[in-house]
Amino acid sequence: MCGIAGLLNLNGAPADPRRLGRMISTLLHRGPDANGVHAVGPAGLAHARLSIIDLEAGGQPMSTADGRLWITFNGEIFNYIELREELLAKGHRFATRSDTEVILNAYLEYGEECVHHFNGQWAFAIWDAHDRKLFLSRDRFGVRPLYYTTAAGSFLFASEVKALLACPEVVAEIDLQGLDQIFTFWVTLAPRTIFKNIFQLPPGCSLTVEDGVLRIQQYWSVSYAEASDAHTANEDDLAEELFALLEDATRIRLRSDVPVGAYLSGGIDSTVTTALVRKIASDRLRSFSITFDDAEFDEKSYQEEASAFLGTQHSNVSCSSADIARIFPEVIWHTEQPVIRTAPAPMFLLSKLVREAGFKVVLTGEGADEVLGGYDIFKEAKIRRFIGRNPESSWRPLLLKRLYPYMQNIQRQPTAYLKHFFRVSPEDLSSPFFSHLPRWELTAKIKQLYSAEVRRATEDLDEFSEVERTLPAAFESWSYFGKAEYLEAKHLMPGYILSSQGDRMAMAHSVEGRYPFLDYRVVEFAAKLPARMKMKGLDQKHLLKKAFRGLIPDSIARRPKQPYRAPDGKCFFGTGAVDYAEELLSPETVRRDGIFDPQSVTALVSKFRTGRASSIKDNMALVGLLSTQILVNQFINQRKEGYDPCEGPKLNAKSTILS
Amino acid sequence: MRRPEIEREIYDFVIANFLFGQTTDLEPGDSLLERGVIDSTGVLELVAFLEERYAIKVEDNEVIPDNLDSTGSIANYVNRKLSCVL
Repeated sequence: MCGIAGLLNLNGAPADPRRLGRMISTLLHRGPDANGVHAVGPAGLAHARLSIIDLEAGGQPMSTADGRLWITFNGEIFNYIELREELLAKGHRFATRSDTEVILNAYLEYGEECVHHFNGQWAFAIWDAHDRKLFLSRDRFGVRPLYYTTAAGSFLFASEVKALLACPEVVAEIDLQGLDQIFTFWVTLAPRTIFKNIFQLPPGCSLTVEDGVLRIQQYWSVSYAEASDAHTANEDDLAEELFALLEDATRIRLRSDVPVGAYLSGGIDSTVTTALVRKIASDRLRSFSITFDDAEFDEKSYQEEASAFLGTQHSNVSCSSADIARIFPEVIWHTEQPVIRTAPAPMFLLSKLVREAGFKVVLTGEGADEVLGGYDIFKEAKIRRFIGRNPESSWRPLLLKRLYPYMQNIQRQPTAYLKHFFRVSPEDLSSPFFSHLPRWELTAKIKQLYSAEVRRATEDLDEFSEVERTLPAAFESWSYFGKAEYLEAKHLMPGYILSSQGDRMAMAHSVEGRYPFLDYRVVEFAAKLPARMKMKGLDQKHLLKKAFRGLIPDSIARRPKQPYRAPDGKCFFGTGAVDYAEELLSPETVRRDGIFDPQSVTALVSKFRTGRASSIKDNMALVGLLSTQILVNQFINQRKEGYDPCEGPKLNAKSTILS
Repeated sequence: MRRPEIEREIYDFVIANFLFGQTTDLEPGDSLLERGVIDSTGVLELVAFLEERYAIKVEDNEVIPDNLDSTGSIANYVNRKLSCVL
């Protein structure tokens, strides 16, 4: 796993290696083991390496023997061994055992279609010096990041925005529509980002720049139409098939020339992936987890139980509210976008623990909730539909208490109010976003904090229509469950779960996450399963539990779903109070930055200071507000004041300037 | 305390507490639920405020939209409760 960057001068001028050096020097946290740049004509590629496969010969940028193709690659092609065999049989020759060289040869053999042959998580760029064509690709789910922009006659790309901002000609400015989207969906809708004129390549897409023309092509998407034989499908057979797919997905994700560890959160998903690793690899496995001082969020007892059951050597790192407040600015430096939960912060501490234990690679359970019906939002939608069919029923709303057993506010709620909060109108029922309306509408309340200027600039935006515009043609024909799964996997998963909470937090400490549930074979299999097998009654991930019965502790399979959460707004006040929050939320700073209304911010902050803030809305607003202020300060204000994003990390001793 | 004063206080509380102090076109008769002003935690915050500020006890069976759904109805409810106390 690594960091990549590069550029193409559209006017044909030679690429400047020093410029590439500046770009890659901002990404050394992603690849501390070695780095290099290569300029060839108008194109230049840069690479910061985290050595995992073929430690000796896998250096990058790498070229074909004839020097025609050059590649910079971040990620893994897990089926590279099989692909290598196929390509050898077709007459290709290899100088290394790396998966990087497999990509090059696959591109020679299949051209842009090569991506269909890959099973993995990647972001790469290939420069074809003969055709003078730049080809970029990102994996199906957006596990690995890839950003791009054009500035001063150059096309620029990189794993992270900060590498683009290392080029002085790239302007850093908040994209207000991007902000408005985060304050609705928690993410921007790709290719949009929080920065104006800086874009992300959407998951499952490739991009080419040829003859000055930029073209984006979606090479993969998944259909959520249930299989035609869904009504007669046998649950036992499907559970067996799911098990076999996950086992193989795990097997190829253990391919590594360095040891692989596992995250073990105490939930079903990571217990399943850890159980599979134990089944496949006989050696003692190291597992890692976060514990919380606050019992509301802590899952330590389940983690210990899973570790004892699976015989792992387990380590954990404790996370307090004060820890979250302390590291939050660094967390935002890595997320490069506002967040409305602090949940990425503990993941930052976890990857640090993993790295300090000497591990570069971990397997985790990410993706299971999206793919196999685990999220509460799916269950909530099911109950709301049930209520919607008989809105007058007095007992149906009581089901909502079963939905959120860990939320005191809901448990204490009088039924009369519960009915109102989850009321379902006929318009709601016919909305394509039925499942997501409560979340999106609640999140959008953060916008009450906007300054008058931002309010005016965003008042005509209709973010729901923006999503509607991008829905696939078949969306309407999918079940309500498939629609909800699509929305979750299309937007929140790549934009937040795999990014702010995933890649960015792991790579902050040079750790690569691998996700067996996000093997495309698993996802394609799961997408066409009948909804009743993913959620039977209100039993989430029903088929997964069935497939792994006996292989994971019963208590973990049976425990109520506890979503991963961390203490939010209150971290920054009281005992955990931090100077930077005081400064960034002061009326003077808020007024200067212009995004939020100083009076409203003061009202919210005072609610936290006096211990009166407890609602989800207040917490989301505070974290969204503070992370935005941190982002503006780090990426815009400091840069205007002359701070150079390259100043932090320096090219290390193993640096090789190839040209 | 007179009812108009109570209503003013409640209105101010609602604005400061649920709308981040943003003055809006919220009218005394507007439904706090329908307008999305109050969320599930909001009801509990509101009840805590009423109990603390007016030294009344809000019974479980009184936490219904009929009593608490607009600043006007809340003021009426508090007024009734205060009259009982007296």
